[in-house]
Amino acid sequence: MTRALIELPVTADDRRVARLAALAVGLTLAEAALPSPVPGVKPGLANIVVLLVLLQYGWRAAAWVAGLRVLAGGLLLGMLFAPGFWLSAAGATTSLALLAVAQYLPKRHFGPVSLSVLAAFAHIGGQLTLAAVWLLPFAALIKLLPVFAAAALVFGTVNGLIVSRLLAAPSPGRRQSAPCPIP
Amino acid sequence: MLRTGDWTVLASGTAIVAGLAWQAWLAPGDAADTAIIRAGGTIVRTVALSQAQTLAIPGPLGITRIEIAAGRARVQADPSPRQLCVRQGWLAHAGDAALCLPNQVSIELAGRSPAHDTRAY
Repeated sequence: MTRALIELPVTADDRRVARLAALAVGLTLAEAALPSPVPGVKPGLANIVVLLVLLQYGWRAAAWVAGLRVLAGGLLLGMLFAPGFWLSAAGATTSLALLAVAQYLPKRHFGPVSLSVLAAFAHIGGQLTLAAVWLLPFAALIKLLPVFAAAALVFGTVNGLIVSRLLAAPSPGRRQSAPCPIP
Repeated sequence: MLRTGDWTVLASGTAIVAGLAWQAWLAPGDAADTAIIRAGGTIVRTVALSQAQTLAIPGPLGITRIEIAAGRARVQADPSPRQLCVRQGWLAHAGDAALCLPNQVSIELAGRSPAHDTRAY
């Protein structure tokens, strides 16, 4: 009798990414329940988590969290591989690409708010670019562009302020990754 | 909480939003140079906007008067009950149109490049 045992080593980093991605997915789901005046205008609360991860654990972890967030969010909202999923993925990709560069901005002058606003603009830019080449005539998007840009500016600023608050706050509750006990 | 660079980013963001809003909503469209006048769905006159004139177009309810002056056009008078096309006032940009539906008369302005009024996929 042979027993094949495939063991996948799970590191503390994996657990941390999983935990933070779960948090981001939770925010995505909560946000999906909020009514939105214009389709596509959302606060992007999950980006708070992505930005926090970027600033604390680096870009790789942030990319993992953002990617898992898009995938699991799509699964749970029932829109996996639907147009909305691809728009979400395009936005996450462009904002991560921009953050990969923007994270090297001098910290003395550029705080989380800068990163958040830049990422929000990149996010909406990526989404609208995909929408323009794939879904909608560009002429129809032009009229909505200022609305999306204004939303990116406002929500990017608010999210950035939240991130800098969270980073500044003492964190007694911040848990370190520990192995999950199996009952 | 906000550092100098953050203010720069916020100011540029605001400038981008303002620029996009101006571009999308406030910037004047293409100037029009001709008015296409239709009655009952067929083109009855195509006139240049450079020449001031008043045209009388007959429809099922009566005469619709169209005034053209200084690169603009408007429906001056129309026998329709609600006067929607008259209240639209002066039209000056390519793609602008006024329809007097009860009398089946319309004017549409055209510029050098034909503008799409809508596209569907």
